[in-house]
Amino acid sequence: MGEIKYAIEVENLTKIYGKGVTAVTAIADATLQVKPGELVALLGPSGSGKTTLLTSIGLINEPTHGKVVIDGTMVADEGWVPGLDLKRLRREKLGFIFQAHNLIPFLTALENVMIALEINHMTRKEATVRATELLESLNLGHRLYNYPSALSGGEAQRVAIARAMANKPKVILADEPTAALDTENGKNVMALLKKLAVENNSAILVVTHDHRMVEGFDRIFHVNDGRLVN
Amino acid sequence: MNLAIRDIRYHRGRFILTTIGLGLLLGVVISMGGIYRGLSADALAVLESTRADIWVVQQDTNGPFAESSRIPEDSKYRIKSVPGVAEASPLSFQTIQIERQGKPFRFFLIGYDLNGLGGPSEILAGRDIRQKHYEMVVGKSMKMGIGEKIHLGLHDYTIVGITGKVVSSGGDAVAYVSLADAQDIQFKKDNDAIRNDRERIGDNLAGIRILSPVQTKYLKQNIAAISESTHTVNTVVARLMPGANLHEVQERISRWNHFHPISAEEQIRIMTKGMIEKARMQIGLFRVILLVISAVIISLIIYTSTIDKIKVIATLKLIGAQNRVIIGMILQQSLLMGVIAYFIGYGLILLTYEKFPRRIVLEAFDLQVLFVIVIVISMGSSFVGIRKALKVEPAEALGG
Repeated sequence: MGEIKYAIEVENLTKIYGKGVTAVTAIADATLQVKPGELVALLGPSGSGKTTLLTSIGLINEPTHGKVVIDGTMVADEGWVPGLDLKRLRREKLGFIFQAHNLIPFLTALENVMIALEINHMTRKEATVRATELLESLNLGHRLYNYPSALSGGEAQRVAIARAMANKPKVILADEPTAALDTENGKNVMALLKKLAVENNSAILVVTHDHRMVEGFDRIFHVNDGRLVN
Repeated sequence: MNLAIRDIRYHRGRFILTTIGLGLLLGVVISMGGIYRGLSADALAVLESTRADIWVVQQDTNGPFAESSRIPEDSKYRIKSVPGVAEASPLSFQTIQIERQGKPFRFFLIGYDLNGLGGPSEILAGRDIRQKHYEMVVGKSMKMGIGEKIHLGLHDYTIVGITGKVVSSGGDAVAYVSLADAQDIQFKKDNDAIRNDRERIGDNLAGIRILSPVQTKYLKQNIAAISESTHTVNTVVARLMPGANLHEVQERISRWNHFHPISAEEQIRIMTKGMIEKARMQIGLFRVILLVISAVIISLIIYTSTIDKIKVIATLKLIGAQNRVIIGMILQQSLLMGVIAYFIGYGLILLTYEKFPRRIVLEAFDLQVLFVIVIVISMGSSFVGIRKALKVEPAEALGG
């Protein structure tokens, strides 16, 4: 099996909400490719359609038209490809990072990472080892048994990143990962994402409207009124 | 990883308080069942301790418990002479309420033939009644001591023995005296009343001119003796010989005027279907209402807990969690709540049931059925939460 050139391939993706006169085109004819190890931004104002594009790539929001290929697997071609187990694909190929970290409040930092591994059928023992290693590599070794409520914003977001990285996904999708952080923490998170993209050879697609954070990206796509501009 | 346990551990205060509340509710449900069983047991306690095969009562009545019944004491001889009857004993029943230590003191007094049936079935302390008069055996729940005296009717009675927790169908503790004493307490008139009766009889007889003074005196003595007689009982109970035909004995007695022979089985039916049926239905209805309330409470708790976890559920779905992970979390919480609440309720009643004013009888079968009902309610109640959870879209995890 040959090397996969693109981790994400999107071709003429269109998403239309509603029908008839109430139909709204959220994203129109979007085409982009992201290589493994690349950190790419989708930049645009609120309501421009960037989250719609992200959720369509994230196998959450079914595209109306166009194609989506994730890590060499065609997932959408004029709608979802029939017979695909989207949940399994999300588990195995994708990692998600959210604006508000979305850690599970009743799980410790360690358990928040372990849950992603256990869902993907890893044993408790293996999951504990992997999650501990991940968190320690992100300088959170002293926070393993803390609940999210006891973590700072930056720490919580690093735990969320660890969870997203847990299953070594080929694609990481981040929705405004720095929006809830101050500039310093935001920059730290972006630096961490850049490092992880290279180290793990993962494609990272980040939705943001935070112009403070644009420096570290390999490429930036602008989304405006549902149109994608490289 | 068990998410249900992790959630409970994190929100343990809320879970403990909710489960204790639910446990109290289930405790009431368990006690209701126990009260119902207790009603049945109380209603049949005297009946069963007597161990009679036939209860002969006044014709056209269902006495002596469900209705009033009076028959002559000497009918025991006729009943004893019926082929197949081994023993026949008269019994007298009356409910007595007196003042004791400034409080109403109520009990059910049984008068029995000291050599016959119907006496106390066990003696926990002291002894049986040995003298024909002024001795008494009381139930343990009357909380009286050996040697204590109690004034009833015209006389004082000394407690000579303590029996077990036999109670009447009304739940009153049972006390025993000799039949003669019970008849005195129930029927004997005081001296003024006796003098008045004798004067009235004398005056009436004096108006009959054809009677000689000797005849008048003789009649006066006899009529007074009849009017002052206390030889009336509420029932005569009979025990049959081994192999005797119950229906034949009943048939023979029922042919006589003034008597109604009721078999022990019929007596049980009269007691359970007649006397406690409404109470049973009432308690049954209460139990159903309380179980519905429990179901509504569990449903509401699980539903609101699911609403609180919408973002968590959406996140789990987004990271690829299978539906069974989410269903398991909700179902296990609901089941844990129901099961723990059940054992809290059960433990509570187990510790307190002897302190209830009425008897609580905890039957293993009732407890097992209730446990299954609680499991079904917990599973059913979690359905609303599961339905809500399954409708949550992974996209709800996105955004602030």
